[in-house]
Amino acid sequence: MAAQTISEKILSVKCGKSAYAGDVVVCPVDCALGTDASTPMAIDYFEAMGGVRVLNPGRIVFALDHYAPAPSRHTAQLHQRMRHFAASHGILLWDVGEGIGHQLVVESGRALPGGLAVGADSHAVMYGALNAFATGIGSSDLAAIFISGKIWLRVPESIRVTLTGQLPAGVYPKDIALALAKQLGADGAAYRALEFGGPGAAALDLEDRLVLSNLSVEMGAKNGIFAADEKTFAWLNGAAGDPKMADPQTPDTAARYCREVEMDLGHLTPQIALPHGVDRVMEIRESAATTVQMVYLGTCTGGRVRDYRQALAVLKAGGGVAPGVQLVVAPASRTVLETLARDGTLAEFIAMGAVIGTPGCGSCCGTCGSIPGDNVNVISTANRNFKGRMGNGAASIYLASPASCAAAAVRGVVADPREFLA
Amino acid sequence: MRFRARVFGDDINTDYIIASRRKRDSLDPQVLRQYLFEEIAPQFAAGIQAEDAIVAGKNFGCGSAMEAAVTAVLGAGIRAVLAPSFARTYYRNAVNNGLLPVICDTSRIREGDQLRIVSGAVYNETTSETIVAEPLPQIMRAIIAAGGLVPYFRQHGDFPA
Repeated sequence: MAAQTISEKILSVKCGKSAYAGDVVVCPVDCALGTDASTPMAIDYFEAMGGVRVLNPGRIVFALDHYAPAPSRHTAQLHQRMRHFAASHGILLWDVGEGIGHQLVVESGRALPGGLAVGADSHAVMYGALNAFATGIGSSDLAAIFISGKIWLRVPESIRVTLTGQLPAGVYPKDIALALAKQLGADGAAYRALEFGGPGAAALDLEDRLVLSNLSVEMGAKNGIFAADEKTFAWLNGAAGDPKMADPQTPDTAARYCREVEMDLGHLTPQIALPHGVDRVMEIRESAATTVQMVYLGTCTGGRVRDYRQALAVLKAGGGVAPGVQLVVAPASRTVLETLARDGTLAEFIAMGAVIGTPGCGSCCGTCGSIPGDNVNVISTANRNFKGRMGNGAASIYLASPASCAAAAVRGVVADPREFLA
Repeated sequence: MRFRARVFGDDINTDYIIASRRKRDSLDPQVLRQYLFEEIAPQFAAGIQAEDAIVAGKNFGCGSAMEAAVTAVLGAGIRAVLAPSFARTYYRNAVNNGLLPVICDTSRIREGDQLRIVSGAVYNETTSETIVAEPLPQIMRAIIAAGGLVPYFRQHGDFPA
């Protein structure tokens, strides 16, 4: 058998024959997520397809995360419809306040090494951090999974991203992802897998790998995957899933890559994505002095416990939030919120005047939460900064690491977080 | 099939096609069509004519996987999108709903050009140029031939083994 990438290996196991880049395979799905933004349409497609029974309800999960809490009667009714469908078919539903579906999939151990996990939402690529083949799908593909339990996939070519060196103080995985987006462009990995490896990748903790996998789709990638190691299994052992079901896959040394990219983390500096494109990236010191009126800490990219601790360290070192800056804290899950409440982090954010949002997608895509006003500059830990993304096309969104966002909150202007980490 | 070209640039994301916030009030394509491209081409929605086709630059439909970005386009009566590359989720969603995605070099197509899509190629009647299109994988051709994933599943009930 010819040498294979991680993605080729997983899809070969799943479809039951040797598969290589370019092949089209049909595979059973181990885990499929539907959100309140995608599932109502999936139910429509399911019914139009003549669907009666959901084949494997135990492999499907729903999350009410995009409209959390429901900001309109229409969205409240979408939630009602999902609750009813989930109850009738025996599907687990994470209700409003539980958090972002992607975070809950990884917290609950449903994305396993060697597994095939999809989500009807583009940031499902995040589960690749756990060595799952994970990709985003639409509502119609989700409906087909309800009925058949399967999906067809074109096996992607892979881009090998070799990370070397160690991140300097004040530089974070978000900076790696933004630097990579700058290098590859918004479509640089289109239809392809990003396969992360090298000593720099092995040194990253699982929460850090989630950030890189999550942002893979901003370079057009079909999936963004890591090998599994002891850190992966340590995470799974702490999650609710069953790590014994894992079937970890590593790439063959002679695997074929369509492109190889190397990045020395030791030379990386804090990065920032300018409005209105995730690949419009520059070093943060080149953008310093841009005023900001809203600082957003949250989303499936930057709403985990370590993100808030990193942000808080900068805020405390800088003496709190500058006048005229609205600080929004919207944790990725209830578990994250509870952890922040237990260790005192949440109380410190509240004391600094932060607005605390419901665990969920918040205003990342303008579906609920704090919407910025006209001519407001937002700096956010999110993954997208398209015009209008947060619900107002007259606002401008900058993307950066949690520490960089906190530095901007302290100064009221874009600032280098390393100035606060002496 | 004959079309009038409506030209857009590179990296048109799904939020530009239809803003996520518009889905708060309705998912009806006949409602959403009023807001097509509102952030980047506010006059577009009101001026759509029968037989318009979207002609875009690279990476059309990037960003969110939301399928309303396809159904709103179809709701406006647009039946084809031409681009040198698509975001893969948009490409799949288009095929699944019977919106024809054509991968081809769009760099020499201008606003208002009259296009004819024939098998495997786009003929620009305005410039008399023939542009070769990339073939779709067999399974996508089968889904398109059925009229989308709904009629495909009504016929077959499953994917091929």
